[in-house]
Amino acid sequence: MRNEFAAELNEIAAEDERVVLLSGDIGNRLFDKYKDRFPERFYNCGVAEANMMSVAAGMAMSGLRPITYTITPFTTTRCFEQIRVDVCYHNVPVIIVGVGAGLSYAGNGATHHSCEDIALLRMLPNMTVICPGDAWEVRSAMRACLQQNGPAYIRMGKKGEPLVHQGMPEFEIGKGIVMRQGSDVCLLSTGNMLPNVLQAADELSKQGVSAQVVSFHTVKPLDGELLAQAFSQFGLVATIEEHSIIGGLGGAVAEWLSDRAPQKARLLRIGVADKFLHEAGEQEYAREYFGLTPEAIAHKTFQMYQTIAPQPVTA
Amino acid sequence: MDIAHLEATARKIRGKIIELSHKARTAHLGSSLSCTDLLVAAYWGTLKIDPKDSENPDRDRLIFSKGHAATTLYATLAEAGFFPQELLDTYAEPGSKLPEHPSVKCVPGVELATGSLGHGLSVGIGMALAGRIQKRSYRVFVVMSDGECNEGSVWEAAMFAPAQKLDNLVAIIDYNKWQATGRSNEIMALHPLKEKWEAFGWSTYELDGHDMKALVDTLRNVPDGSGKPVAIVAHTVKGKGVSFMEDDNNWHYRVPNAEEVEKAKVELQLV
Repeated sequence: MRNEFAAELNEIAAEDERVVLLSGDIGNRLFDKYKDRFPERFYNCGVAEANMMSVAAGMAMSGLRPITYTITPFTTTRCFEQIRVDVCYHNVPVIIVGVGAGLSYAGNGATHHSCEDIALLRMLPNMTVICPGDAWEVRSAMRACLQQNGPAYIRMGKKGEPLVHQGMPEFEIGKGIVMRQGSDVCLLSTGNMLPNVLQAADELSKQGVSAQVVSFHTVKPLDGELLAQAFSQFGLVATIEEHSIIGGLGGAVAEWLSDRAPQKARLLRIGVADKFLHEAGEQEYAREYFGLTPEAIAHKTFQMYQTIAPQPVTA
Repeated sequence: MDIAHLEATARKIRGKIIELSHKARTAHLGSSLSCTDLLVAAYWGTLKIDPKDSENPDRDRLIFSKGHAATTLYATLAEAGFFPQELLDTYAEPGSKLPEHPSVKCVPGVELATGSLGHGLSVGIGMALAGRIQKRSYRVFVVMSDGECNEGSVWEAAMFAPAQKLDNLVAIIDYNKWQATGRSNEIMALHPLKEKWEAFGWSTYELDGHDMKALVDTLRNVPDGSGKPVAIVAHTVKGKGVSFMEDDNNWHYRVPNAEEVEKAKVELQLV
């Protein structure tokens, strides 16, 4: 996703002279073209994320459209108070872009994992939280956030994730994108889980379960209309995210659900368990560890579907 | 520049600050009195800003980063004509626009909501860079406390601004030698403060923060031709202007009673 982010950035900066990029000393070579074209609108803020976030807020207060960019935990949890006070309290249009959502940088250890950021940022008034499902959604999200006039967080994966869209999708903040129709269960995927969730739907199909898949890219504001439909139409709605089981998409949907009369569907939350991963291993290993592979997602969904299915299902 | 007029204005504002603290029963009086002269020198002697056009994109900006001393900012802005005195009198009342720490755009002239220390300088850098990018010639003044320099983010900002050669940025440190619960030099090793800023790449000045002429002369001289951001270490006295409050840190939290208010006003030549 990050290469497409850089490519799209070049285009939007050419179209909108208010766009300024602030990097936390990462993206070596990634922004070479941008820096060549817009040297006065690129700032390497060093390894000083608190300062970077407040600088961005000051720029936004002065009519610019700053975009901050560094590794996810460092542009979210590290400078949380700067986001809260300078960006959200003042309600100014800073676009915070994190690279390395969830377990993308698993091999770097838990310091580089980011499984708490959705929970923290969606709690902040005025903040929009978007977790794009592929590089096309990254491009769309950047454009959509620029159209807004308030704080936004875009939670990207890393590079080289499979593309699931064929081009720029119909993208609207707060509106999930139905990727695949189904009739038995509804899988709400947010962020870089989308390719795995589509594969999980294939697995479920082999087991006789028809799964609808939604790219639920916006965690805040929630797509209440889509949720209302899903919880009344299906017997089971699952949320899938590379984020803690506490407070992310699953948590947000559980809150939504608890405010309503009992719905037809049960909720299954699939995410990262409430613990740190201490071992070495890349993203694939970490996904296996936490049960986020297509097979594990399909298995958990199938297990619960069996308990509520109108007729017994046999795999 | 009529320095005597500025000094009289500062005395009047000090009297108002003491009244506000008494009436609303709010803390931080000592901190408010130590930075009063800094704000008077800035608003009456330096800043290019029209109180009736306080959103003009070309205005000089003053960020009041030590938000706990909000009464000084409010009383100064009201005295300078940014908003009516009647509004000032609602300070800290339930539903008032004027909370104990300045909230977002609560009244004209408040550039930044502060109260959490260590934010103002970085936001000021953002504003100063925006001015450069947009080819505007305004300057950004950030008033900070010495206790605020405990915050690590201040030193992130202190390293960043000189790297960007931001000569339209000024950090003014209200060095009153106290923070909430003790001597600021004993809690953190602030000393030597001027040398610290100098070592970080700032063009530094050290002055008596109650010497109105020195303040105005220094503030007006920004940019100072060095190509660097300017740091002014202003030596001040916490509780300045009232003999029984000066350099007594009990007045970080204490609220004056009616008798003390009257005594203070006599000392300030207001009655």
